[in-house]
Formats: sequence, structure tokens, C-alpha cells
Amino acid sequence: MPSLLKKSEWFKRMNANEINEKLKSGFPEAVVEFKADAVTEPYIVVRPESVRDIAKFLASDPELKFDYLMSLSGVDFNDGNIGVVYHLFSMEKRHRIVVKAKVSKENPEMPSVESVWKSANWHEREAFDLFGIVFKDHPDLRRILLPDDWEGYPLRKDYKVQEYYRGMKVPY
Amino acid sequence: MAELRTEEMVLNMGPQHPSTHGVLRVELVVDGEVVVDAVPHIGYLHRCFEKHAEAMNYQQIVPYCDRMDYLASMNNDHAYVLGVEKLLNIQVPERVEYIRVIMAELQRIASHLVAVGTYGLDIGAFTPFLFCFRDREMILDLFENVCGARLLYNYMWPGGLSHDLTPGFIEKTKAFIKHFRPTIKELNDLLSYNEIFVKRTANVGVLPADVAINYAASGPTLRGSGVKWDLRKDDPYSVYHKFDWDVVVGTGEVGTLGDCWDRYMVRVREMEQSLRIIEQALDTIPDGDVQAAIPKRIRPVAGEVYVRSETPRGELGYYIISDGGQKPFRVKARAPSFVNLSLLPEISRGYLIADLVAIIGSVDIVLGDVDR
Repeated sequence: MPSLLKKSEWFKRMNANEINEKLKSGFPEAVVEFKADAVTEPYIVVRPESVRDIAKFLASDPELKFDYLMSLSGVDFNDGNIGVVYHLFSMEKRHRIVVKAKVSKENPEMPSVESVWKSANWHEREAFDLFGIVFKDHPDLRRILLPDDWEGYPLRKDYKVQEYYRGMKVPY
Repeated sequence: MAELRTEEMVLNMGPQHPSTHGVLRVELVVDGEVVVDAVPHIGYLHRCFEKHAEAMNYQQIVPYCDRMDYLASMNNDHAYVLGVEKLLNIQVPERVEYIRVIMAELQRIASHLVAVGTYGLDIGAFTPFLFCFRDREMILDLFENVCGARLLYNYMWPGGLSHDLTPGFIEKTKAFIKHFRPTIKELNDLLSYNEIFVKRTANVGVLPADVAINYAASGPTLRGSGVKWDLRKDDPYSVYHKFDWDVVVGTGEVGTLGDCWDRYMVRVREMEQSLRIIEQALDTIPDGDVQAAIPKRIRPVAGEVYVRSETPRGELGYYIISDGGQKPFRVKARAPSFVNLSLLPEISRGYLIADLVAIIGSVDIVLGDVDR
């Protein structure tokens, strides 16, 4: 069982700036951007190809210990890029960080983080299903919410609803 | 005689199996009666909430949130409006927060009653189910009294509530608490410590704490494994910090820590804690407006927010991106049932098919929440 921080020790939490510095010292090449003044929460943009190494680092570093992947969302940024947003939390240290990775719409490939956080398994399947992001080394990359033979990726901004599905007219 | 060759068999459980509480299909690989692997197939209730949300303005999304986890609509709305308000950077009147907490906790009891009642039904106990639904009806009556709807409320709006409390609501709620508290003990005598029930659920579907965290489990599923983690305490929102109550965790009282019984019992004991919160909130509720002064057309600044709250099933998160327009650029719902269900294969391997029914019930999924 993880040792949870007592309320009196919450001041030990790292803030986004410190987390970013820490990450930069480990991966000077991979951190693309750090936006400290983003509305409601700062975020870090990283290179997609090093997502798994960064995830391993974030999860195992004794000062960071991001053991809880709150959410993994696909996003269509509407500028030719789609990407994944990781919301991470540390149960033990009680700090949080948002990490983003962008890939081009034409070649949406990035490594899977399933081996680091098991919860990423279904989240990544969902991002694959609705955005068409291909996660390399995912153990079971199939559509999860839509039928296997559905065409296109509905949450992309340029998605057109298919007219027919197995001979049935799709209503709208 | 040479050893007989045995073969594994693939078996479909669902999509309409009564124990799956909705339309879930589990593809079982079985060796005789033993589950070798269980692969959940979901999506039968998929309505693409997230695509709908991109085509509507912020207020219009609330009824869609209602329909995600239809057994805990109040909690779903609560998380969403918290997110929108955080994005708008507005404070709602304190009375609103109090009423929201009261509604969220009443809804938690109602939802746990369904979970507990149908769980008994899965195992074969019919009477507790009727008791639970009788009490749940009273909560639904309270909701109907205050907002007109019994299941899908559209009660919490960005910036406030649709209506103030009706006259007599506080007295009626207090009367309900007075009636309900003894029935929890009744439920424990009837079901929780019933020997058959304990034999069916203790030491079954054991979920160790580190596995639960790695799978990002939340709610009673996580607390059943002994992790003292409740967002109402650990990442406080609304006015939860003002009340005195305890986080319930599993203890392995009748079997192993993190088994089905622990997850079940966390729900039963949480109902008592919810009653404590409601009582304190009813006694200290301030007067005031139930709508903050916000414009009719909401246009948050460009930005994003990830807000999470504790629903009866666990951590419900909304990731809302605004591009400065009237409609959100992207809304993602991180549904607790979706994440909790993904650990089903992990906790069902090696148990019997009959145990699988107990295991699915103990995770307490709502398929509307899973499929969104």
C-alpha cells in the first residue's frame, strides 16, 4: 500500500515549474514547450516519440512518483495536428501535471504508455477509436466504443459522417 | 489411463446477461468452470457524448451529462458545472454550494442503494433489493419535489441551480434521514453479514492496492483495497471541507483485503457518512441567491481545465477545452466506470464463472457511464 502524505506535509508538493525543470534535466531534447501561464493549469509539451521514456521517468523518479494516470485524452488541435493529453497525479506526493504530445494528422503514431500505467490501455484504445492515433506496442489496439467496421474517426474536426453503414442509412 | 486432454472454451456472457447491469458483453475463456481470461466488450450504449458536446453551448451540455451515469445524475452535473465555473473563474453563492452538496450526497445514497440492492440480487438475495428500492424511492421523491424530475434532473447549472429548495424540503429530508439510518443496520443484518452472502463474496475478486492504483481505479473499488483516498477529502471541492465525516476503507474484515465483500461494504458504510454530511449541511445552510450573476451566453477565455469529483463510482473527470467561443472546443469525460471496468480481467482470472457475476457486481458499473 502506498504511504499517503499527511495533510501537514502537503507543502512538499512540487509545482509545475519544478516538475518541468526536473523533466528538462533528464530529457533536454524532448521537452518542446512549457506554458506556465496557461489558463487554469500549466502544461508541458513533449516530443511524441519519447513519450514512453518520459512516462517511465515520471512514474519512477523518487521525487516525482506520478503513479496515477487520471486521464488520457485525444485532442484534434485543428492545426493539422492531433495529439494526446496526459493528466498525471501522484498519490504519494500529491502533485499533478499536464503533459501534451502532438503528432501530425497524416502520420499519427506515438508509443503506448500502457506498460507504465495499465489504465492507459483503454484510454489509448479510445483515442485510437475516435481520433485514429496509433499507439505502437499497445497490446490490444482495437476499436473500443464504435463497431469494428466503422469508417473514419468521429472526433476529428474534419470528420464526415459515413452515409451508409452495412446498407443502413445513417440518420444524420 | 493416460491423462485426458482438456480444451479451453470461449463463452459469451452478455450482452443481455442480467448480472451485467446493462449491455455489457464479456468474452470468457473458460477451462471447465474456471475463468482463464475475461475480455469485456463495450460500446453498446455509445452515444458519442463528446461529439455532441462540441456542437452545443455550455448550458445545453448539462442534460447530456445527466444521461451518462443515469444513476448518479446529480454528481455528473456537479463535476461538469464545477469545470465550467473554474474555466469562467466565477464564484457561486455559498447557498448554491450547500444545496449541491446535499443533492450530491442524497444521490450518492440513492446510487449506492441500487448498487447494494442489485448486488444482493446478483448473488440470489431478493428481499434486500426491495428494501433498497423502497428507500431509494423516497430520495427520488425528494428530488422530484425540488426540481420536478426523478432520474435526469438538469438541476445544477453553470453559475447556480435551476430552482431554489422548495418549502418543506429540509424537514422532509430530515424525516428521511430519521427513517433511513436504522434501515442500514437492517440491511447489514439481512445481507451484509448473511452467511451465504459472505461465503459468496469474501476472498473473491481480490484487488491489491498497487494494482488498483496502476489501473487508476477510484471510488469504492479503490477504497475497498484499503487505500484511503476520497476526492472529497483529498482534493476538496465545493464545501466538503466544512463538514466532519470519515473516509471509509476496506479492512478485509471477513476475508482478504480488497475482495468483493470489502468493496460492497465500503458502499454500505459510505451511506452513513453521506447522512452525516447531509445533516450538517441542512443545519448550517446559509440564505442567499441560487444563481450567480453570469451572462446568458457563456464565453470562457481560451484555455482548458481538468476538473474531477467523487461520484458514487469514483473519480469523474471532465477535460474541457475552450477556444473562446460559445461552444466548447473539446469535452472529454473520464468516466469512473470505464476505468474501473478495465481492471475486470485482472481480478477475475482463476475464479469460477459464478464468481464472475459477483465480481462484476462488486465493481458497480453503469454502462451509460462506460460507453458515454
